[in-house]
Amino acid sequence: MLELVPRAQPSRLMSWLSPVLAVILTAACGAVMFAAVGKSPLEGLAVFFLEPIGSLRGWSEIGVKVAPLLLVSVGLALCFRANIFNIGAEGQLVLGSIVAGAVILHFDDGSGGGGPWMIALALLAGAVGGAFWAAIVAWLRDRYNANEILVSLMLVYVAELLLSYLVHGVMRDPDGFGFPQSRLFDDGFLLPVWPGTRLHLGVVLALAASLLAWVLLARMFAGFRLTVGGLAPLAARYAGFSSRRALWGCLLLSGALAGVAGACEIMGPIGQLTPSVSPGYGFAAIIVAFVGRLHPVGVVFSSFVMALFYIGGELSQTRMGMPNAITGIFQGILLFALLACDVLIHKRFRWRLGAASTVRADGP
Amino acid sequence: MPPRLALDNISKSYPTVRANDGVSLAVQPGEIHAVLGENGAGKSTLMKIIYGVVRPDSGTVRWDGRPVQIDSPAQARALGLGMVFQHFSLFDTLTVAENIALGLPGDTDIHALEQRIADTVDQYGLELEPRRHVHTLSVGERQRVEIVRALLGKPRLLILDEPTSVLTPQAVHRLFDILRQLAGEGCSILYISHKLDEIRSLCHTCTVMRAGRVTGECDPRLETEAGLSRLMIGAELPVVERTSREAGDVVLRVSGLDLPRAHPFATPLRDISFELRAGEILGVAGVSGNGQQELMAALSGEDTRCAAGSIRIDGEPAGRRSAAWRRGRGLAFVPEERLGRGAVPELSLARNVLLSHQGEATVRRGFVREGAVRALAAGIIGRFRVKAPGPLALAGSLSGGNLQKYIVGREVVRHPRLLLVAQPTWGVDVGAAAQIRGELLALRDEGCAILLISEELDELFEISDRLIVIAKGRVSPPVPIGEAQRERIGQWMSGLWPGAEAQAGLAEPEAAHA
Repeated sequence: MLELVPRAQPSRLMSWLSPVLAVILTAACGAVMFAAVGKSPLEGLAVFFLEPIGSLRGWSEIGVKVAPLLLVSVGLALCFRANIFNIGAEGQLVLGSIVAGAVILHFDDGSGGGGPWMIALALLAGAVGGAFWAAIVAWLRDRYNANEILVSLMLVYVAELLLSYLVHGVMRDPDGFGFPQSRLFDDGFLLPVWPGTRLHLGVVLALAASLLAWVLLARMFAGFRLTVGGLAPLAARYAGFSSRRALWGCLLLSGALAGVAGACEIMGPIGQLTPSVSPGYGFAAIIVAFVGRLHPVGVVFSSFVMALFYIGGELSQTRMGMPNAITGIFQGILLFALLACDVLIHKRFRWRLGAASTVRADGP
Repeated sequence: MPPRLALDNISKSYPTVRANDGVSLAVQPGEIHAVLGENGAGKSTLMKIIYGVVRPDSGTVRWDGRPVQIDSPAQARALGLGMVFQHFSLFDTLTVAENIALGLPGDTDIHALEQRIADTVDQYGLELEPRRHVHTLSVGERQRVEIVRALLGKPRLLILDEPTSVLTPQAVHRLFDILRQLAGEGCSILYISHKLDEIRSLCHTCTVMRAGRVTGECDPRLETEAGLSRLMIGAELPVVERTSREAGDVVLRVSGLDLPRAHPFATPLRDISFELRAGEILGVAGVSGNGQQELMAALSGEDTRCAAGSIRIDGEPAGRRSAAWRRGRGLAFVPEERLGRGAVPELSLARNVLLSHQGEATVRRGFVREGAVRALAAGIIGRFRVKAPGPLALAGSLSGGNLQKYIVGREVVRHPRLLLVAQPTWGVDVGAAAQIRGELLALRDEGCAILLISEELDELFEISDRLIVIAKGRVSPPVPIGEAQRERIGQWMSGLWPGAEAQAGLAEPEAAHA
């Protein structure tokens, strides 16, 4: 019988390297996958991993994807550290885009309004929308002890249907030939971009969020409370830290960040409200958070890798005729590889002959 | 006749520690043989080697003169070894017989087994009903289940690991009678303990261990406690000086504290009342699991379900106040679990300071004052002689005793007005235990009110000014330490204090309503 036994002293170096190993393993699995469908593995990997970073355009497109991924995953990293499993960032992102879109559509009368204050207001509206959606989760958990994983996940579908309802109804462009989408926003309501690219202000906001989250965790007492609540709930109770406060704080903050990400999407690359504002950023950000070791700076790197997967996936569709599921497959393999690396860093396999005994023969 | 069990030059190393270093001992048939040593001296590792749980790096084990290699507990049992562990492995929801059947082959007939259990129980006067559910048993009775389990294997050598830590003094006497009877029938007994008086009254031979080595072998009946202690710790047992002093104002007043159980296996608290004054140590004696944990949680503010007025700190109702609020009023608390409650193992010692030091000195405008926190941690490490590389060492990397010193130190340096301490010297070596008791007395002399919960009667008698006893979620009336007698306190530990029945009778109708 094969069994897993804990290692006496898990290597610290290896646990730092685990995400890197996971990326390498993912690439190796990708090569096998390319070969299995009859494509050249080397060419496939080159298109997937190298081509996106071969040009300024490629880098800027990665930046466009990093913005929502990083904004969401910073919030999720804080949540997960506090053992609050908010799986529904996708829904919070959608709500953020709905509320921000509603504010813009209210003020944008097509006569060239907008400007910095209006953009700030729309971003704030996005934050409020996302936070509101997360607040439902917090309230149900706090009041009725409802499982936040299930509740937040199910609210994703509610949010998506709500968006669909609105763009088919009151938010539909009257001059849009019946297509389910809103008016295109006026330029004054769009985020500033790097000239010649689609790279927008959102990426700066995301980097700032990651920096602030790092300060919170590493330097502030509130961050300490949150960390203790996640690592040792009994110690948090001993210290007198309120678990309700941590629940509300983490959910509101991560909801707000997801909402800002949603607002940035419609005020950046999309420019209007459409039935689908996110290709699953809210879910991909869960993987980003774990690959980034739930560290606010670590997620900067992992969101880059995840953005690369999105761009690489698009490129291998157009260049090599790969199916569009490829991005999702790479994401899945990455998470699987990371979990496998972590298990093997903390445990090792042992081959055991005969009947398994319940008594472990190691450790004093 | 060859010895029943002979160990020759047994060594066992772990990555960070040499747990056994050339240990030899021989147990004769019918002999009660003590293995004496402090926590961490290597006693438990040695027993695990004998019982086949751990394999030694080198050395030989002889059984009735023949060399044997014991690879598993099953093999040890087949040889005729039985073991009663310090921590019981019993399922609360099963009966005594069912629990014992779990360790036997699957086709065991439960009725025949009940009969065998009843026979064994009669033979040794153990008083245990095979059909009772384990959750209805007292701790002493649970231990007897483990003993019966071991005896059914007809052992020729029985190992007991710190068996008295959960027993009242009366239950200890009964256990000793059973062990003497067993030895009289020719069964050898290995008795693991760090309690000198028990070993002197029970054992025929004593092997003393210190830091993984054997430091002496003697007949404990001929030795003084001081002599044994010299062998065990290399020095005389330190004595803590205590002067009597007048107690001041009431700091903590508990009156009519009732608390329903928070989970099915908790102990509900019933009508608890006592007063704690500034400058006194009130000891709480009792066998573990009688409501100590629940009482501590209610007093510390981790459990805020009790009526506001049932706990008053300096006269203010505090029953529903959070731990943080009570800490702000000068309360400090040393819980019995160090890892995960008193300290977060994954965080540094410096960070762990912040669990209880949350004032201006350590946190300013929401930011942690790193320098101040590290200085505080370094101060505690120095003053309490904590063996740690420095303030940045992870709490989880310290040994249990060292972490305990650190946590006690962390609470003591806050100069609390009211200190709650549970098991302050568990797993701590004798020297450090004396230091901790000394610090508690010094704090008392400064005027701090201290509530001390301990399972060690010696400790309670050494430093308390008054004693109360907790049993089945109720507390006895207080006794000044000068008038307290061990035997009587032992009786009270089973809930039999004067007026206890009246107390219970008064509370029953309430319980029926609840």
